[in-house]
Amino acid sequence: MAIESVQCPSVELSKIAVSETHGENSPYFAGWKAYDENPYHEKHNPSGVIQMGLAENQVSFDLLEEYLESNQEATSWGKNVSGFKENALFQDYHGLLAFRKAMASFMEQVRGGKAKFNPERVVLTAGATAANELLTFILTNPGDALLVPTPYYPGFDRDLRWRTGVEVVPIHCESSNNFQITPDALELAYSHATSMNMKVRGVLITNPSNPLGATIQRTVLEQILDFVTEKNIHLISDEIYSGSVFHSDEFVSIAEILESRNYKDSERCHIVYSLSKDLGLPGFRVGTVYSYNDQVVTTARRMSSFTLISSQTQFLLASMLSNKEFTQKYIKTNRERLRKRYEMIVEGLNKAGIMCLKGNAGLFCWMDLSPYLKEATKEGELEIWKMIMEEVKLNISPGSSCRCSEAGWFRVCFANMSEQTLEVALTRLHHFMDRKRSK
Amino acid sequence: MLSKKVTDCNAHGQDSSYFLGWQAYEKNPYDDVHNPNGIIQMGLAENQLSFDILQTWLDNNPDATGFKKNGQSVFKELALFQDYHGLLSFKKALVNFMSEIRGNSVTFDPNNLVLTAGATSANETLIFCVANPGDAFLVPTPYYPGFDRDLKWRTGAEIVPIHCSSSNSFRITKSALEDAYQQAQKQDLKVKGILITNPSNPLGTSLNSHELDLLFNFISTKNMHLISDEVYSGTVFSSPSFISVMEVLKNKNLINSEVSKRVHIVCSLSKDLGLPGFRIGAIYSCNEEVVSAATKMSSFGLISSQTQYLLSEMLSDGKFTKSYLSENRRRLKHRHETLVKGLQKVGIRCLKGNAGLYCWVDMRHLLSSKTFQGEMELWKKIVYDVRLNISPGSSCHCSEPGWFRVCFANMSEQTLLFAMQRVKSFVESMSKKNSPPRHEHLRLSHARRTKSLPKWVFSLTSNQLEVGDLR
Repeated sequence: MAIESVQCPSVELSKIAVSETHGENSPYFAGWKAYDENPYHEKHNPSGVIQMGLAENQVSFDLLEEYLESNQEATSWGKNVSGFKENALFQDYHGLLAFRKAMASFMEQVRGGKAKFNPERVVLTAGATAANELLTFILTNPGDALLVPTPYYPGFDRDLRWRTGVEVVPIHCESSNNFQITPDALELAYSHATSMNMKVRGVLITNPSNPLGATIQRTVLEQILDFVTEKNIHLISDEIYSGSVFHSDEFVSIAEILESRNYKDSERCHIVYSLSKDLGLPGFRVGTVYSYNDQVVTTARRMSSFTLISSQTQFLLASMLSNKEFTQKYIKTNRERLRKRYEMIVEGLNKAGIMCLKGNAGLFCWMDLSPYLKEATKEGELEIWKMIMEEVKLNISPGSSCRCSEAGWFRVCFANMSEQTLEVALTRLHHFMDRKRSK
Repeated sequence: MLSKKVTDCNAHGQDSSYFLGWQAYEKNPYDDVHNPNGIIQMGLAENQLSFDILQTWLDNNPDATGFKKNGQSVFKELALFQDYHGLLSFKKALVNFMSEIRGNSVTFDPNNLVLTAGATSANETLIFCVANPGDAFLVPTPYYPGFDRDLKWRTGAEIVPIHCSSSNSFRITKSALEDAYQQAQKQDLKVKGILITNPSNPLGTSLNSHELDLLFNFISTKNMHLISDEVYSGTVFSSPSFISVMEVLKNKNLINSEVSKRVHIVCSLSKDLGLPGFRIGAIYSCNEEVVSAATKMSSFGLISSQTQYLLSEMLSDGKFTKSYLSENRRRLKHRHETLVKGLQKVGIRCLKGNAGLYCWVDMRHLLSSKTFQGEMELWKKIVYDVRLNISPGSSCHCSEPGWFRVCFANMSEQTLLFAMQRVKSFVESMSKKNSPPRHEHLRLSHARRTKSLPKWVFSLTSNQLEVGDLR
């Protein structure tokens, strides 16, 4: 007797779960895959793919390790039960006060003391990824729009939109003025959003910019602030690369502008910071929302329950960042090393006939290969990108994955490898360009 | 200017009594030396009983916190490790630990595990994965007050309660399930699943096989999900033994079946190991799509690699995990008995519990009126006069007034005994107020005692009421 099997339709998952908004099918991630399958190693795989698509800061680990060696109580709670116990039990969403104080102080130091930060406004989250999403949940409703200057970090499409339902409307920036944000571009983006019946809730800038590797000028910041004030919308300033500015006097934080305006209208401003780039600790998941709006601070704090930082990590970093001797030395040395790397890569690229946008910050440079494209289109860009990945064996990020409106630009990271590896990469590129020119 | 989520204050549940009691405690916290008249915190389900065991392990294994492996530094590796798949060595150690807690009756595949910053994050992430805004999940009452925020706030999902009653020790019944489902239909809500907490918070009991059968039959016929929050699985201190939904799948030969794709478990080390600050949670699911989506979502709440490393070392130490689990259980059992006996001495009964860090206490006989207002009045007296912060059943959505959750593992034994003394004085003062002149005391006290038991008690058969349940 045949047994009839009743086919239960497999139960549906949510719309969010099945949507592609997690963005992981873009070329940004395809390059990753190529690297994973054939990673470069100085000794074991010298012809493998060199990862230049990962904005990590590996230049200053020795300083961190030195600190850990001389401050073991930061990781062992001083060998007393109550220290460990207290820390292990601490799940208060206000975060460890000592850590908030240390964070606020570090943020001040990174800005050369040009702005003050109040520890009571520091809300802790597990990374800037969480901080950006949190702010989006708080400041927007599903279907609303956030204006974001292009080119921007590919992860924003997921971080800002996926679970929140917000739309990202680009503020198009062009190479003709070094991709700076202009009042016209802001207005254009705003009208475009409203013409599509979207309520614009805010502007999100990354300063210093990823992928441009450049700080936003003071005048431009003032213009952006005036724009959001006039439209009565929010301003989120993602300043996670603030510690990577090569010359400290070249970075102007929105915090400084607000201070100079006596905090007038500051409740619309929120800063996102993290230790992933400046301290090179992406694994520790340390991010923060710093808001000048009390209601946002209160709500963000409550929401941070979904994304708290491990108290073990808060404890370690509270110790590290409240050590002024360490932080001063670290900030200065880290800057110098990044600058040196930047100069090295730009010189190497120039020798190979490749120009970069003039940068002054970040862990990457914004490289211009537009003169070498067969056609000035996304396809032309991806063609050369594929060539670089397959022939030169370098994983770099195509500008199209950053929503750049002009084809041919690429983000190339320089801080996630040794100097020797960088030399190898530059040599490979040099040969590739030579071959191309001789054709 | 801000989103609806901000103005929709109640969805995060911050204004419930659960948090008000907290506030009162924060203003006047008990300290045996500095503030002996302060409020004793008995509303916090923390496990503080076994830190000495953890400390000893830490002292003997300094590399685990010193970022070293076999004498070599692994600091840089860990500092850079932000892969949302999680540290494999940690996931392997965690699934072994999960297995050990379940008496090794089931095994778990580390590839089906998604790490999250605490169970708070795990629960929310699962709801994001299986429910659309406006969809509903059925949750048995009484339930953890935090669910109102965790499951609903940002997801837009709804909770429809499955009402459980003291008449059968708050066990889930078929009619309660059906009623909840009907209720959801009436409200035009699409029910996507059931979320149970097993062992239960606040009941302190683990679900029996009858309840589990009911649930599995229900989700099978109605084609919905079952989320089993098993964060208290390591706190089961006496029989009956804990049955995980994983075990049910195995016993019913449903592993690899379609039903198994709709059953998901939430775990955490906050209760079992007493490490809530470290934010260690996980989702376990045999549904590849859920694992895939949840893994990507975990980007918004990853566990610090520093912490993943420490726990991978700790939980890989089989000798440690074995001795920790058994000693922790023993201590929890002892504390539980201390609380139960202390309350029993003054005529207060608890639901018979076998797990958890709290007791579900029956104070219905102390209510001035058998209403939730009466419960609030009693609660306020207990918080402000007796100075014990306990959780009123209403904050757990209990459908009957008079029940309270009282925690016993977040304080020293002396403090617990002192709390019992305060309860004793309180009850004695209450009965002095209520009792008639002394010479009538003996005659009437019996009548009062029998009066305080509702009529239904005498009409139930022994199957329906396990006498010990009201201990």
